[in-house]
Amino acid sequence: MIWLSVDTSGALPMRVDLVWENIDLFVEGVWLTVQLTGLALIIGFCIALPFGIARARNVRYLSPAIRTYVYAFRGTPLLIQLFLIYYGLGQFEAVRDSIFWAYLRSPWWCALLAFSLNSGAYATEIIRGAVATTPKGQIEAAMALGLRKWQVYALVVIPSALRRALPQYGNEVVFMLHGSSIASIITIQDILGAGRTLNARYYLAYEGFLTAAILYMAITLACVLAFRGLERHYLRHLAPR
Amino acid sequence: MENVIEYLPLLMKGTGVTIAMAVLALALATAMGTLGAWGRLTGGPVVRTVVLGYTSLVRGVPDLVMLLLFFFGGQRLINLFTNSMGLERIDVSPFVSGVITIGFIYGAYLTETFRGAYLTVDTGQREAAYALGMKRFQTLRLVSLPQIIRFALPGYTNVWMVLAKSTAVVSVIGLSDLVGIASDAGRSTREPFWFYLAAFFIYLAITFVSERILDLVERRYERGFANAR
Repeated sequence: MIWLSVDTSGALPMRVDLVWENIDLFVEGVWLTVQLTGLALIIGFCIALPFGIARARNVRYLSPAIRTYVYAFRGTPLLIQLFLIYYGLGQFEAVRDSIFWAYLRSPWWCALLAFSLNSGAYATEIIRGAVATTPKGQIEAAMALGLRKWQVYALVVIPSALRRALPQYGNEVVFMLHGSSIASIITIQDILGAGRTLNARYYLAYEGFLTAAILYMAITLACVLAFRGLERHYLRHLAPR
Repeated sequence: MENVIEYLPLLMKGTGVTIAMAVLALALATAMGTLGAWGRLTGGPVVRTVVLGYTSLVRGVPDLVMLLLFFFGGQRLINLFTNSMGLERIDVSPFVSGVITIGFIYGAYLTETFRGAYLTVDTGQREAAYALGMKRFQTLRLVSLPQIIRFALPGYTNVWMVLAKSTAVVSVIGLSDLVGIASDAGRSTREPFWFYLAAFFIYLAITFVSERILDLVERRYERGFANAR
């Protein structure tokens, strides 16, 4: 193989000018990443709250079904889940003829579906753990006060469990943020998508990826700090005195 | 669906590539984690800062971004080097990039795991060993290490599970691992769903078998403790 001709400038220093010229690409990328991750986390949480409680309470028939869902989505790569939905479902004529096809042919909706189901599985496990470890005294105290069963859950168990789930859920948020970078593989122009576009446009080797890495790092740091703040507020009663 | 059975030998070959990559990456990550934990625990301020930079940098960047950075950026750096030295061009293979990137990433997580495990071992035990006249290495091998392994195992298990799944992204740079083969086969037979579903179940099997094996290992290191099962 002959030398690559692109190397002529000896371009070790970063072409910051090109990144700056195309900054709108990255601004839109950040927006798409945040949007996709945020929506997936919200939908995932809505799945996880009832599922996690059902698992912790060991509801008959429901609990084993949820367990299977959680095991399957936590036991396989997110990439396979995304490909199964985006590339896989279109194989069937029934899917292509259905009213869902308008959504299932769109990369954005497929990514949202895959990410939501994945986040739902991880969050279910987190909430199950938090609900199952509720101190018995809390429930007994609530019942002694004459609260009904649903009131015990709504007013005592769930708020207390969500507080204790906070540190782990913070990890899940970062995990989902990083996981969402695979959306760029199915042509979504998220942060990494913007980086790839920049590289392709100017035959660059790393400027786009490096910019993407810095942006992901900044968002990660923001998430970590936000959760640290939340923990300081909601877990104050557990802080060492 | 019959196509999947026809392609089964090829899928198994891809599974082999995936497992080989994951095991090599785990070995590299273990080495990096040991080095990192050692640096954090015994190094001077410079070493400690470097390790701290490494662990925080890695945890802020998605694996796919890191992989592309290593694969394309690393190739550029090597080209620059070989160019200036007048050497022959060296091509970085997707497999090697995958092993290095994933090993590098999970080495950061293992640094924390190993450091935490080391700190959990009571200092008094090391002091007692020294008082008995044991050498540093003997103490490490006979007193500290068995306990470090015990404390580090749950975290190590966790890292292996996440690591094995994260090898899937290496197919993006053209590696014929399980995902790569499933993609190719799905495209040529026009049955992507069945092939991705096969890959899905193979990953699930890898997870299941790993869980069983690591559970046995954990039990072995839990021997002789009150909560032993």
